[in-house]
Amino acid sequence: MPLLEITGLTHNFGGLRAVSDFSLKVKEGELVGLIGPNGAGKTTIFNLISGVFKVSRGMIKYQGEDITRWPSHRISSGGIARTFQNIRLFKELSVLDNVRLGGYAQHGYNLLQAMARTRNFKIEEERQRQRADSLLARFNLSPYAEAPARNLPYGEQRRVEMARALISKPRLLLLDEPAAGMNQSEAQDLIRLIKEIKEDFSLTIILIEHQMRVVVNLCQWVKVLDFGETIASGPPQDIQHHPAVLAAYLGKDGALAEVEAEKATPGPGKVA
Amino acid sequence: MATLNKPKTLLISLASVLLLVLALVLPASGVLNPYVVQILMYVGINMILTLSLNLVNGYMGEFSVGHAGFMGIGAYAASILTVWVLPRAWTPWAFPLVLVVGGLAAAVAGLIVAFPSFRTRGDYLAIVTLAFNMIVKSVLENLEVVGGPRGFLGMPRLTNLFWVTAWVLITVLILRRLVYSNFGRGITAIREDEVAANLTGVDTRRLKLYAFLISAFFAGVAGGLFAHLLQFINPRSFSIIKSTDMLVMVYLGGVGSLAGSLLGATIFTVLMEVLRPLGLWRWVVGPLLLVLLMIFRPKGIMGFKEWKWLREEKVASSQ
Amino acid sequence: MFQILAQNALNALQLGSVYALIALGYTMVYGILTLINFAHGDIFMVGTYLSLAAAVFLLGLPLGLPLVVVFVGALCFSMALTAVLGVVIERLAYRPLRQAPRVSAVITALGVGLFLENFTLGILGPEPRHFPTLIPLQAWEIWGLTITPLQILIILGAAVLMVLLDFLVRRTLLGMAMRAISYNRLIVPLMGVPVDRVISLTFAIGSAIAAAGGLMYGLAYPVLDPYMGIRIGWWAFIAAVVGGIGNIRGAMLGGFILGAVEIFTPVLLPSSTYRDFVAFSLLLLLLVFKPTGLLGRPVFERV
Repeated sequence: MPLLEITGLTHNFGGLRAVSDFSLKVKEGELVGLIGPNGAGKTTIFNLISGVFKVSRGMIKYQGEDITRWPSHRISSGGIARTFQNIRLFKELSVLDNVRLGGYAQHGYNLLQAMARTRNFKIEEERQRQRADSLLARFNLSPYAEAPARNLPYGEQRRVEMARALISKPRLLLLDEPAAGMNQSEAQDLIRLIKEIKEDFSLTIILIEHQMRVVVNLCQWVKVLDFGETIASGPPQDIQHHPAVLAAYLGKDGALAEVEAEKATPGPGKVA
Repeated sequence: MATLNKPKTLLISLASVLLLVLALVLPASGVLNPYVVQILMYVGINMILTLSLNLVNGYMGEFSVGHAGFMGIGAYAASILTVWVLPRAWTPWAFPLVLVVGGLAAAVAGLIVAFPSFRTRGDYLAIVTLAFNMIVKSVLENLEVVGGPRGFLGMPRLTNLFWVTAWVLITVLILRRLVYSNFGRGITAIREDEVAANLTGVDTRRLKLYAFLISAFFAGVAGGLFAHLLQFINPRSFSIIKSTDMLVMVYLGGVGSLAGSLLGATIFTVLMEVLRPLGLWRWVVGPLLLVLLMIFRPKGIMGFKEWKWLREEKVASSQ
Repeated sequence: MFQILAQNALNALQLGSVYALIALGYTMVYGILTLINFAHGDIFMVGTYLSLAAAVFLLGLPLGLPLVVVFVGALCFSMALTAVLGVVIERLAYRPLRQAPRVSAVITALGVGLFLENFTLGILGPEPRHFPTLIPLQAWEIWGLTITPLQILIILGAAVLMVLLDFLVRRTLLGMAMRAISYNRLIVPLMGVPVDRVISLTFAIGSAIAAAGGLMYGLAYPVLDPYMGIRIGWWAFIAAVVGGIGNIRGAMLGGFILGAVEIFTPVLLPSSTYRDFVAFSLLLLLLVFKPTGLLGRPVFERV
């Protein structure tokens, strides 16, 4: 049984068709890429999966269960976590609080227990606190724990977002352009990081990304979108040279030039 | 295992007990003149009001601008109990219970405002809460049984400095515990980015409900205290003007800060008293202050900063 | 029976016209700044008092001015000064908050409104003032209905103003600028539109129209007090929301609906004190089920 199964997903914004009959099957442990030019509908698909937009046509099944109509907080606490294209941290809150909030649904006490400060509350609070601390340490964020999230440099903020996503022990992680704004060496670090967390946290990952090197290095297979339609699907090596894909990104003439350029330059994984 | 800051907790408990003892003893002993005691009680009642509103407007970042409605409901509910339901002799002993009932009545009304808050945001919620305030006032004016526009009187003077101090301490205690918990963090997350909060697993609907319920409860308690201090209430005491006063206190003292609420309430109440000689003109001060605050210092004096003694305990981590 | 209904309908039309005029001010400002100018009702109130002052002054002159002249003089005076008031408020209180979070602007608007009320109260004292009669107190009997020239004046006058405003918004360059700003305030300056100037003009026009409404209100219901801004202002605000805030036609529709509510509620319900309750409950229900009002457009949010 696939971990995530999407069938016939379609979404319109007023008169504009953003996603057209999108389908996807992701098995547990896979790392899948979703690529395409800007406006192709990739983030919209993430928004549909995580419940930000109401699904009007199509079905989404997670672990065999139909989650199409679930409210977003239920989806997030049910094991699907995500990060955002433009970082959406809680800016005024401390880094520690941001990460602890990721574990909101896992706090095992109710309001009355919190107000009465029962023993259960104290135990749970401590437990969550320690989990947050260890995640912060893992991402080298411990010195920033008390700082407001908005003070952190960009790269650190991205890691906070990741820590926040991971504290709830999700099974599926949706990463929306994690390498945005990164240079080549930062992207290399990110590739390594993603591989590590996938391993350490036993994750299945769907990745939206523009930087081809990241995609090629990480994804087992890739789906390509353009104007909401799926135009290609397959392993990254094949996709890279797929004419429809190149045409979508670069236009017909540019596609040929790109193919030539790729043959000449060293590819990812080889020593530059 | 969590090592709560034991010395700090002990100190705070002792200080609270001391305050209560002082509140009990000082007025009776005649050391403080009755006018000062009265002012202190008003400060206390306003503190409770400001704390309650700060939860919704400051911590949660919402737009409740009709909070006086909750105060009014609490005031009338408590008064109905002491004037009609309970035997006079019981009332001093039953006072805490009476206040709680007033608070609960207000909390039920809080439900009415909470539901629209799920779907409406920003300015629209402001309108909803204002409409709520107007409706409460209008309903009260039409209820002849409680005196209609002429008001309701006959309540025994049960409010004294001791009870006011006790309730201020209770409010601070409970709100502090709420704020430094999962729920408190969730509430501030709603303020920061509601959509992201939902996507992080925070059940924002339920939290909004809790926040409005708790906030309304304490506003209702303050209403009950107010009624049994003045021994007379009428619908005009709970109009939008009162709501605006509450807004001034919250935004003056500081949003998202318990100490800020205490500070704002104190400054505003005392200022209004000091300006009494101005007559009708003192009512210009509140709104003017509000406008100036919004333009020059919208977060207030202690925006998001907390007083040392009220901050979260630093739990010793294993790192 | 028909007569009673028709008579009340006429009264509703008259009152509704006044509400519509004030509602227009709310809706124009919301359309252009996405700000609910809670102070607008109090601007109306100031406009009414200014008309009063002008009328009293002109009548007091030993010139024996014909009532028409007094009327026109009061109208021009109050429209001009109220327009200035609107612009001043915008520059001092709202412009500094253009980039600030919405909470600040909303609360500032509330503060400005209350400030105006209490300031007027401070200057004039709490006693109500009486508006002089400027329109001859005749009454004509047509089809069994009592119609006064005042009613005709109000209904027609309001209609003329509304038509003019509609024309302004839909057919002139200024109107086009207003509508452009309401769609996207940030890029419009890049296209050479003097945003600040247009916004100031919007406030000026909205306030002036409210002042005209104030004069008409004063003539029809001659007892004035500083808190009338809350009463009338709030009803006009509800009218704007009901019609669809940001939509000019909606404001007109809403105005008439509210006029009907105010006139017909005491007819249908036992007591006239329920009017507020009905109006605000209507508002509440609408906000829960159709927040954008009857003619408003829905709003999307990008994630």
